[in-house]
Order: sequence, then C-alpha cells, then structure tokens
Amino acid sequence: MAEQVKEIKVGPGGGNKRGMPAPKIKNPGALLVRILGYVFKYYPAHMIIVLVCIILTVFSSIQGTFFTKSLIDTYIQPMLDSGSNDFRPLLMAIARVAVFYAVGAFAAYAQSKVMVYINQGTLKRLREELFVHMESLPIKYFDTHAHGDIMSIYTNDIDTLRQMISQSIPQLINSTITIVSVFVSMCILSVPLTFVTLVMVVVMMICSALATQASGKNFVDQQKNLGALNGYIEEMMTGQKVVKVFNHEAENIEKFDELNEALCNSAFKANAYSGSLGPINAQLGNTSYVICAMIGGAIALSDNIAVGFTVGALASFLTFNRNFSMPINQVSMQFNSIIMALAGADRIFKLLDAEPEKDDGYVLLVNCEEKNGEIVEADHHTGHWAWKHYHKATNTTTYQKMEGDVTFNGVDFGYTDDKMVLHDIVLHATPGQKIAFVGSTGAGKTTITNLINRFYDIQDGKIRYDNININKIKKADLRRSLGIVLQDTHLFTGTVADNIRFGKLNATDEEVIAAAKLANAHSFIKRLPEGYDTMLTGDGANLSQGQRQLLAIARAAIADPPVLILDEATSSIDTRTEKIVQDGMDKLMKGRTTFVIAHRLSTVRNSDCIIVLEQGRIVEQGTHDELIAKKQRYYQLYTGMKPETA
Amino acid sequence: MGDEKRMVKTLLKELKEYKLVSVLTPLCMIGEVAAEMIIPKLMGKIVDNGIYGGNMIYIFKVGLMMLVIALFGLAAGIGGAYYGSKASTGLAKNLRKAMFDNIQTFSFSNIDKFSTSGLVTRLTTDVTNIQNAYMMILRMAMRAPATVVFAMIMSFIISPRLASIYLVAVIILAFFMVIIMSKATVYFKEVFEKYDSLNESVQENVSAIRVVKAYVREDYENDKFKKAAGNIYNMFVRAEMNIIKMGPMMTATVYACILLISWVGAHMIVGGSLSTGDLMGLLAYCMNILMSMMFLAIIFVMLTMAQASGNRIAEVIEEKTDITNKEKAINRVVDGSIVFDHVIFAYNKDSEEPVLKDINLEIHSGETIGIIGGTGSAKSSLVNLISRLYDVTGGAVTVGGVDVRDYDLETLRDQVSVVLQKNVLFSGTILENLRWGDKNATKEDCIRVCKIACADEFIEKMPDGYDTVIEQGGTNVSGGQRQRLCIARALLKKPKILILDDSTSAVDTATDAKIRKAFAEEIPGTTKLIIAQRIASVQDCDRIIVMDDGQVSGFGTHEELLESNTIYREVYESQTGASADADFDKQA
Repeated sequence: MAEQVKEIKVGPGGGNKRGMPAPKIKNPGALLVRILGYVFKYYPAHMIIVLVCIILTVFSSIQGTFFTKSLIDTYIQPMLDSGSNDFRPLLMAIARVAVFYAVGAFAAYAQSKVMVYINQGTLKRLREELFVHMESLPIKYFDTHAHGDIMSIYTNDIDTLRQMISQSIPQLINSTITIVSVFVSMCILSVPLTFVTLVMVVVMMICSALATQASGKNFVDQQKNLGALNGYIEEMMTGQKVVKVFNHEAENIEKFDELNEALCNSAFKANAYSGSLGPINAQLGNTSYVICAMIGGAIALSDNIAVGFTVGALASFLTFNRNFSMPINQVSMQFNSIIMALAGADRIFKLLDAEPEKDDGYVLLVNCEEKNGEIVEADHHTGHWAWKHYHKATNTTTYQKMEGDVTFNGVDFGYTDDKMVLHDIVLHATPGQKIAFVGSTGAGKTTITNLINRFYDIQDGKIRYDNININKIKKADLRRSLGIVLQDTHLFTGTVADNIRFGKLNATDEEVIAAAKLANAHSFIKRLPEGYDTMLTGDGANLSQGQRQLLAIARAAIADPPVLILDEATSSIDTRTEKIVQDGMDKLMKGRTTFVIAHRLSTVRNSDCIIVLEQGRIVEQGTHDELIAKKQRYYQLYTGMKPETA
Repeated sequence: MGDEKRMVKTLLKELKEYKLVSVLTPLCMIGEVAAEMIIPKLMGKIVDNGIYGGNMIYIFKVGLMMLVIALFGLAAGIGGAYYGSKASTGLAKNLRKAMFDNIQTFSFSNIDKFSTSGLVTRLTTDVTNIQNAYMMILRMAMRAPATVVFAMIMSFIISPRLASIYLVAVIILAFFMVIIMSKATVYFKEVFEKYDSLNESVQENVSAIRVVKAYVREDYENDKFKKAAGNIYNMFVRAEMNIIKMGPMMTATVYACILLISWVGAHMIVGGSLSTGDLMGLLAYCMNILMSMMFLAIIFVMLTMAQASGNRIAEVIEEKTDITNKEKAINRVVDGSIVFDHVIFAYNKDSEEPVLKDINLEIHSGETIGIIGGTGSAKSSLVNLISRLYDVTGGAVTVGGVDVRDYDLETLRDQVSVVLQKNVLFSGTILENLRWGDKNATKEDCIRVCKIACADEFIEKMPDGYDTVIEQGGTNVSGGQRQRLCIARALLKKPKILILDDSTSAVDTATDAKIRKAFAEEIPGTTKLIIAQRIASVQDCDRIIVMDDGQVSGFGTHEELLESNTIYREVYESQTGASADADFDKQA
C-alpha cells in the first residue's frame, strides 16, 4: 500500500502541505441548500412539523410579551385608576395565556423530539452513504488521499454537521421568525422606536463583523499552528523509539516548545476575540434598551394622544427590544459554527461526489458442472468455475471454462498519465503455472499485480484472462477469482475465525480449521487464549507479524481462488516459519496460476517462469536454470556477484 | 471519586504561570453578572419612577447610570474573555508540554504501554477537550451560579413573597435536572464508546481497502457498518430523548413562574405593595435564573465528557519512566565487548514465562556477530537489552566490562547504535535526517556513511541530492532506500557497537552483500550485531548466534554450526536447497 502512495508522489516538488488553512467555501449558499435538501428529502413531514412547532413556539412567546403589555395597560392600570377589585378579567387573561404557553411548551417539546429523529436519522444515513460510497471508490482514491483526512470526515466533519443540523439551523429558523414577528410587533407599537432599535442593531452587526474578522484571522492562524503541532506530534510519537535510540529528546522538546508556544499565542487571540463578541453584543443590547427607554419615555410623556403611545406600550416595546437583540446575537453566534459546518459539509459531499469505481464488465464467474461434455451453470459450489458470456446481439449465453490463463500484451501503465511506471509488459501464464516477479524495490512488481485485479486500469495494451479482455469481466467476479496475500497484512476487529472467514463468509468451522491447517496457522491459533474465538483488535496488534501473515494466507486459502497473487507474502516471516508456510503454500498453489513477488530468490526458484523487472521493464524472462545460465541480471541478483552488464 | 480528585489535581498542577488569570477570569465574570443583574432593577426603576412617574429627568439620570454600568459590564465581559482564553490556552499549552516532556523520558516499555495513536490522541484531541472545558468552567461555571445568586438576592430585595416563587421553582427544577442529567450521562458515555468503535471500523476499512476489494467484501463490510450505525442511531436517540425533556421542562417552569408572578404581582400592585416596574424587573430575573440553570446543566454534560480526556492526560503525566540514570553514572564506554550473564528478560514482570531464558554470551570487541532464529525466538529482545532499551529482569548485560545499568544512558546509547526493525525517517532533508546521528556532522561525514550503507548511489540520483526533502513517514523513498538511510544515520554516531535488527530485509541481496563488505573494510573496530533472515547475510560473520524460543541454541562460525546445530542446518538447507545450488554457491 505504502508503495503505491510513494510511487504517485514521486515527482517534482510533490507532497501536500500540512495544516493548510481550510479553503474558503466556494458556494456556501448552494451548500446550505444542498444540506437542507438532503435532510428534507428523507424527512419532509418531520421538517414541516418542526417548522410548525417553531412557529407555534415563537407565537406563544410573543403572546406572552403582549400579555406583559396588557397586564399593565388593560388590567392593572385600570384597576389602579378605578380602584376596583375585580380580578376576574385578569384571571381569564391569564388562563388564555396559559393555554398559549402550554401550546408553546408542547410545541417546543415536539420540535426537539422530532429533531432528534431528523438529526440522528440524517447522520445515520449520511454515515452509511459515506461508508458505502467509500467502499465503492477506486483504490486510487485511497492512495491519493491521506487516511487521516478521510477519517476526519467521519469524525470531525460529521460532528460539526450534527451540531449544525440539531442546533444551528433550528435556532436560525427560530431566530429569523422571532426577528420578523418581533419586528412587526414593534412596528405596530411604535415606528420611531423601531427605527432606533434598528440603528442599534446595525451598530451591533458592525461590531460583530469587526470582531469576527479579527478572530477569523486568528482562527486561521490557530488552525495552521494546530496542524503544524499535531503533525509534529504524530511524527514524533510514531518515531519515539528512534528518538530514544538517538538521544534526540532535548532537541525534540525544543522544537515542540516552539510550536506549542505559537499555537498557544494564536489560540489565545482567537478565543479572546470570539469570547468578547458575547459581552459586546449584550451591552450594546442594554444600550439599545436605555436609548429606547429615554426616547420612548419622552414620547409617552409628551401626552400627545394622537401618537397613542401609552406607558404600557413602552413597557412592552422595551421587552420586544430585548427580544429583538437576543436572536440577532444568537444568529451572529451561530454564524461561525455554520461556516465551520459548511466547510465540513463541503468535504463530506466531496467524498460522496467522488467518482466510484467504473465497471462495464458483463462477463460473470459462475459455478459450473460438466454434463454430457457441456458446461452447465450450477447454483452450488462445485469447485469448477466458468465464465458466463451474455451476447446482446444474439441474445445468447455461452459458457467458457475458467482455467487461469493470464496474458499481458504490450501493457503500459502509470499512476498518473504523465509518468509511466510500466512499459511494454508482455507475459503469458498458462493455467497452473507459477510466475515469479523479481527485481529491486520500485521496479514495478507490486504494480503489475495491481493491474490483474484492476485496482488500477492500464493506459495501453491488453490484459487477457482466459483469453477474455479483463475489462469485459465484471470486477467483482474478476476479483473473486483472484486470491491475494498482500505485502502489508490487514486484519479486522473480530475473532480469528471471523478473520479467516473473511475469505468465504459461509465457511463452516471445519473449513476454517482446514484452511488454518493448510496455512500452518492452526498450531499457533490453538495456543491463543481462546483459540479461534480470540478477539483481534487494532489490526491484529496482539499478534506477531508472522502470525498475522499466516492468518492472511489462511484467509486466501479458504477463498479457494483459481488464481493467486502473493505479494512478498513471506518476506517478514523468518526462514524457519517460512519453510512451514511454503509447504502450506505449495499445497495452496497446486493447480492454480500463481503470481509471486518476493525478495528472496530462493522462494521463487522453482517457479515455471521468472520475470526480472527493472524500472518498469521486463529485462529477463525464463526458468531459474535458464536465467542462471545466462549470467546476467538474475544471476547478479541471485548471487550478489558480477557487475551489471545491461 | 478519589481518582477524579487526583486527576483534577494533576491537571491543575500544570496551571503554573496561569494561576493569576485563572482567578481573574471568574472575578471578571462575577463583575459582568453583577452589572447584568443591576440593569433589570434599574429598568424597573425607569418604568416606575420615570415613565409612570412622568419624570423625564429621572429617565435620563438612571439611563445614564445604566449606560455606565453597561460599560462596566462590557469591560468585565471582555476581561473575562481575555483572561479566560489566556488561562485555558495556557493550561492546554502546559498540559501538552508536561505530556510531551514526560514522554521524552519514557522507556520503550512505557511507550509500548500507550500505543502511538493513543499518545497522539492524548496530546491533541484530549488537550483540546480540556481546554474547552476549562474555559467553560472559568467563564460559565462561575457565571451561571453567580447569576442565580445575584438574581435571587435582587428578587428578594424587591419582593420576598414573589421571590420565594422562584426559589421553589428553582429547587424543583434542579431536582429533576439532576435526575435527567445523571441518567443521560450514563447513556452518553455508552454511546461515545460505541461511537469510537464505529470510527475504528471506518479506519480499518480505509487502511485495509485493498483486502476488502480483493475479496469483493464491499457489501459485507457495508452490512456490518450499517448494523453498527443503526446501533449508534438507537443509542443516540435514546440518550437524546432523555436530554430533550429538559427543554420543555424549563419552558414550562418559566411560563408557570411568569403567570404566577403576574397573578400574585397584580394583586400586590393593586394592593399597593408592589410597583409595576418592580414586577417587570422580577420577570426579567425569573428568566435569568432559569436560563442559568439550563447553562449549568449543559456545563455538567460537557464536564463529564471532558472527564475521560482528563483521565487520559493525567495517565501520561503521571506515568513514571522505568529506566533512569543511576547516580554517579559512568560516562565512558571502553570498548565494544558485550557479555550476557545469566540474563532473564520478560516484557511484563507478571508474565509466567520469560522471553529470554538464562542467556550467557561473550562477544569480543570488534567482532561481527550474526543472529538468526525463528519468529518469536527473541532476537530483537536480545539486542534491545544492550543499549538498555529495556532492562533485564534477571542477570546482567555488560558493555565494555560495565553493567549497562551503570552507564549514563546517553553515553551508552551514543556508543551502542541500533537500527530498529520498525524504523522511521522524519520529515526534513536527507542531511537533516542523517544528522540525527551526529548534529555536527559535516556533509563529507554524511556522504562517507552513506557510501558505507550503499545509500550514496540513489541519493545522488535524486533531483536535490542530499537536500531532497523526506516526507513524513519517509513515504517518498522505497523500503530498501529507507533502510539504507537508517543504517547511514546510525553509522554517523561512530558507535563502538552497531546493531542491525533485520535492517536490510528490503534491500536486494547484492546490495546487502556490498553493505556488509563495507562494514568489514570501513569500521573494523566496531562490534557489529546483525539480525537477519537470510543465511547469506550472516554466514560470513565471525560467529553466529542461533536463537530458538528465547534461548541460545548455538553460537559459533558458519561451519561449526552447520556441523553441530540442527536448526541452523535446516534453515541453511531451506535457503540453499538442492545440490545443484550447492555448486552454484561455490561459484559465488
């Protein structure tokens, strides 16, 4: 895996810059619409309920505010004026408001309840879509994107999106409705005071914008410094043992302090600015209140009956004034988190929009039996396979026995179009043959095996499998026919048996044990605390490299594929274990076409054909004896003698 | 609970120069709250005496006072933000430093205890969590109770009778909130654990995508993931359903209070014992109190989430290295002789069976020693004891006639240079990487060691030669190239003992042979220990150690071992094979 990454990155000035500030989002509006559309698509009814609930909530709270006005104007003041003691009208009013309030409280509850379903449901769907889509992406995607970046989509980006969907958006809607309805109410009470309030709001927004700008700059710095520090931490933690071996601790601390200090500085500034935003807006809100009280007081006291602005109206207006600046504050506070969530959403959608692996293949791999000399498709495992061609033109289906004959004809390949790593590869593996690739690192051995199973598609030439162009074979069927043991073994969280069964999901316990025995893994598995049921975690961290490899071999064995690709499978198993593995492997390879990559030439010596690669070209091809007799490149690799003659 | 206390203590110890600002922040917040709480009272006054009293001058006077107080509140608020972020980012900085510095003192077994990714998480995400939590505590955790107290006091000053309505409401609300929160935290803890394991499975799929695709297991993995995601969904819904009960409970309480106060207040106003303005002030305080209660609940949740992070950080800070310098450590290594004297070694002191069992070896200075043996035969464990990467469990290892535990660690490790099996290069130029071996090495020195390690050849071919930038993890050089660079880096130390732990496995046979030849010619005085899988890599060593299951099964020259050691002979035969090859080997 690492090899591919490297091969892609080799080039002038290659490499990605770490901790680059997040790029500005190109089209925040469109992104927001897309997110909302995404949510709405699956939860239209829910969304409408939420909207209705929000309207009800806002409405009931406005009713409450109006009640404050009428409490004083309509009920208390007249009673004070007339000296009456009749509280019945007030009781009625309170009962009416209580109903509104009850509706409001219920609506708020319903809203948050429905929101939980919308939010968690959307996240679940999004996670699943991300994962399913990710699984469909070509290997190239994984080789060209840092794994940490992909992971952060699932963790950080989804998390900020969750906050946005569950908090920011409802609050934004709530605030907007509140702002509009409070604005209308204020206009009804007093236009001039509304104007004053608006002016103050503008001042508030300017202040917010200024503070946001100042903190934004610092946030970018903070992000950059955080990226630099985290990168350093990651590197040094990975290399901590090397640090010890080289007594490099003091230098490390020095460099770390420098980065740590820089981060602390920018984080402090960013937080101080963003933290000031709240108090600034709150006090501006208070100022707005005072100014309105003064002006409103002057109007109400002017005794101008034509204006019709009562003291009770002023009291209500002042409450509205508060209720107006609060949602505006909230909007400005949510703004940052929405922008951040949008940046995350952008990355999420980028992954979802990434081009999945193309598959135009139509030739299928099926189980078959031979009846009266004819190949017939079977619906059970027969141990025999056939290629099933469907011919559109004639609407007929033909079967062809799967044999494992692989040819490369003039194959050129490069991970990028401008830099070829394989040139004019020609080779022919007849069924059951063992083909060995040898050559120094970077010669292109691993690359060739990536082409047979179409992890990558070739630029020129043809690869034929049983004389069928592999582009015509359905990828899943092509890969099913190829067993692979990779250079880096990867195991999954689960039991040892689960991991072996990965090669054949419906394998019985007996089959699992048989496969483990074939790979000579049985004896070490038996010695594990819980045998085949031992849980493996963290990519099989509790096993040795050799044991992991034995499991990978067992996994390939249980899949029982007609063609095998062994990529340096034995390179980190010691020679003694290797001998045991080799023995099992020989059994596995019997009757199968096998491609082997190994550094140790002794393991490929008994191959039917050895292919010597150098800088992406085949320089020699033949059996061990033939190549030794030639005394050229293979001879040199094998013996460590004689200078290169090529 | 005692653990929690210790954790908090450990974390707070790192406050150091940020103690003062940590105190100033809540003080500022109290100032801000005080200002905020006085304002509703003044507002009530404006309404009562100014508006209803028809006194414009009063309105201006109190209005001005309000503005002054608002200004004070602003100053206090900004002060709180300033000091709060200073304190929290400062604490974060110190925590990172405390961890990083302590990790630098870790021994190999300390490092093994925490995984690499575990350490990275602690230094990054966990610290950020604590930073946010600390900021929250300093600013909000002080603000919310202060608001409740101030608002209460103000309310009681206005009207003890009405204020007691809040008091009851607050107590009832607090009671239910504690119940809901404590239940919710349990749920959330559970969810986050599951959530982590979901993300782990994504991670697994990202790194093992080749396996998934090779076995056409996309659908299988999808199903597995969907099932896990479904679980998470159910748990999250259950947990959140609990939390959301708080919202309407809050609203209902606020509304009930407002209505009650209106009703009782109206009676009181009519009865002449309360003014209209006071009533408005009371309503404002009512909101303040209940909002603060809500805040407290949120803080509570945040803190429980930060708790796990705090524990993880404290673990690293409190971890004691198990390899330390003795007093009066020896600063000079005389020569490269090595003796293992009845050495017993186990990675875990409690494990029943040691990894190395009674090892006795004597290696002379300047010798070249090959080490060969099966997986798990403890080859690496054996050599790791020499530079004291681990300490022996029993017996002693001496270098230059002195027990390694008596040396100054830095001296010892400078003289015993190890090329680890899992080796890494760091981001930076090739020269910078090489100079890890010796800070002051000249370019000529570097070229010299690269020539010995057969790295010079490919470095020269690179566009920027020795100034070529190595990317993080050394991804832009091949495995074999990386190994050769690591050998060169180790050589630059000019060590008395050089240990190669399977360090040429990705190097082709020819180059491997060339490196060994260079060793013999260029650094004949250095004791060389070479762990290898290939017999060819060790067969011309002075002597070869054959390891088997933690014991020395044979120690001698190639010829002697072929004669006497069955394991060695087996390995040899497996690698050389048929008789035809024997001829061929003679040619070589």
